Amino acid sequence: MADAVCLATGGYGSVFYLSTNAKGCNATAIWRAHQKGAAFANPCYTQIHPTCIPVTGDHQSKLTLMSESLRNDGRIWVPKRKEDCGKPAHQIPEEDRDYYLERKYPSYGNLAPRDISSRAAKQVCDEGRGVGSTGRGVYLDFDASIKRLGQPKIEERYGNLFEMYERITDENPYKEPMRIYPASHYTMGGLWVDYNLMSTIPGLFVLGEANFSDHGANRLGASALMQGLADGYFVLPYTIGGYLAGIKPGTRIKADDPAVKAAEQTTADRTQKFLAIGGKETPTHFHRELGKIMWEFCGMARNEAGLKKALQAIPELRERFWSDLKVPGTGNDLNQTLEVAGRVADFLELGELMCLDALERRESCGGHFREEWQTEEGEALRDDENFTHVAAWEYKGDGQKPVRHIEPLVFENIHLATRSYK
Amino acid sequence: MSKNLNLTLHVWRQKNAKCDGKFVEYPAKDISPDMSFLEMLDVVNEGLIHNGEEPITFDHDCREGICGTCGMVINGQPHGPKERTTTCQLHMRSFKDGDSLTLEPWRAEAFPVIKDLLVDRSAFDRIIAAGGFISAPTGTPQDANALPISKENADLAMDAAACIGCAACVAACPNASAMLFLSAKISHLGLLPQGQPERYTRVRDMVAQMDAEEFGTCTNHGECEAACPKGIKMENIARMNRDFIKASLTYRPATAGGGGAG
Repeated sequence: MADAVCLATGGYGSVFYLSTNAKGCNATAIWRAHQKGAAFANPCYTQIHPTCIPVTGDHQSKLTLMSESLRNDGRIWVPKRKEDCGKPAHQIPEEDRDYYLERKYPSYGNLAPRDISSRAAKQVCDEGRGVGSTGRGVYLDFDASIKRLGQPKIEERYGNLFEMYERITDENPYKEPMRIYPASHYTMGGLWVDYNLMSTIPGLFVLGEANFSDHGANRLGASALMQGLADGYFVLPYTIGGYLAGIKPGTRIKADDPAVKAAEQTTADRTQKFLAIGGKETPTHFHRELGKIMWEFCGMARNEAGLKKALQAIPELRERFWSDLKVPGTGNDLNQTLEVAGRVADFLELGELMCLDALERRESCGGHFREEWQTEEGEALRDDENFTHVAAWEYKGDGQKPVRHIEPLVFENIHLATRSYK
Repeated sequence: MSKNLNLTLHVWRQKNAKCDGKFVEYPAKDISPDMSFLEMLDVVNEGLIHNGEEPITFDHDCREGICGTCGMVINGQPHGPKERTTTCQLHMRSFKDGDSLTLEPWRAEAFPVIKDLLVDRSAFDRIIAAGGFISAPTGTPQDANALPISKENADLAMDAAACIGCAACVAACPNASAMLFLSAKISHLGLLPQGQPERYTRVRDMVAQMDAEEFGTCTNHGECEAACPKGIKMENIARMNRDFIKASLTYRPATAGGGGAG
């Protein structure tokens, strides 16, 4: 038994099924801690990264990120006309191309922030101007840079990324433009922590992407690494001592404590429950279904009607999961299907909380874009009067509505402003 | 759009380290050439679960060739036929319709099979724990120019640091030697100023742990370099041997401190 626990278990971006996260990433640790009393803050703040290799089919198990740095030398475009989308890129003359980021954001152009670039890509694809076999893709074109700097320079800068792209797509990005599309990449929300990184459960510390701190509603490039280093090297080593110093020697709970026994029993019961369902569908099937709901209704753009639909669809899916799941094998040896079943069960609950949080936050802010709150030009519109706060959700038990607590945000030196990338 | 493939898999199935294993044949039908090798196995596994059979256990995580978790021997080649490619980055377009594929776990005494294609590689963790670290304190970074290092050495260290610890080198080696892996770690740290304080104790300790784990030794077959998905070169082994000889000749057992004021 331990005196304190530190969770550094990462984010919950795989709730969308397809994401740039590693396949094993999951929300189990933070979600179970939430159910034991740790408040979950801002679950609706998720980052959708604009430069990922597009989906090729239903077999897709993950999406690969093409580094953001590519946008330094690549120009993003789609055809101006739907009819041109099926043509090879080189057959579309310059005047028939829409470099939409350069057009909409002349000062930032192709380097517009992630949320803006992602939404803009979604928008042009929604208009039917997407490229590639699925129509969910935009070009990232290096032709101009190769002409200006020469291929050796581009190879020196991005050789490994171009190689990775070719490996996955079988297309040569030196010859034809890359195709990219947004994908779930990072989650700004997570377990609520104080300045000492302690959650609302005394002795439970949460570090890195697993907590909600540092990034607010949006995350800028490289700051996840910063947070990992800051939390792990510079904060926790100096704050956990303060908690440990307050524990009387000899008061640590023992392995035979009734609470420990109860937790072990709950886990064993859960395992048996999964194995006993004896339905027809695999855990991955349900995960994929959940991902589609989350991507459609709680992805790059959200609205009240969609979120309400999701809040109906997720409990229905959960019900089917618990009645039609198939987990072969036993709980006595390594059983990867059993493991995935547990992850998906947690995502099926967390997904609902994300939608609830997105519904309650009636403003657009950072990664959370509510279609009802946008300027005439389609930019995010915050409601500082009513929503300058962190929403920290308290779990109230299975089937009970969670309670939304508020932590006001106070800006003393740098005042809130609206960003413009025009 | 290329045509989908139908393949026959001969997969090593083994319940655990104690049981005997055997090859079992499975069809892999209607496989898109755009699938990664692991996605092909996902499809086969979904089918097995639907039939109430236990799916094939294999290790994987990032699925973009950078974490070192995945790996299996495909038709006798660790990570399959495409050079400098991990199993997760191998795509089905590398195969032909009608191909027959034999899938085996990494075979080495030091890597017991946990189940099917998944082996226990914690021997690598213990080798790293024996010396794969530096003791330079973190803190406010100093000016980059305060740590002089040649571009050549920085590049060589970076190349060695590309090792993802997947253990394909061990699986490829007829001696099941871990020396390519070990030498990549030794070179990565030993070429950099920050790695100097432990340079010679590191090589002694890590080699001792490698021997304790019962990996074989290098007899210059070169299979490791050919199998490595990250292009780690055998010259690292030469560098490690040099450091090891020097460390062995100059070794002094640690003595108790002189006693401070007290």
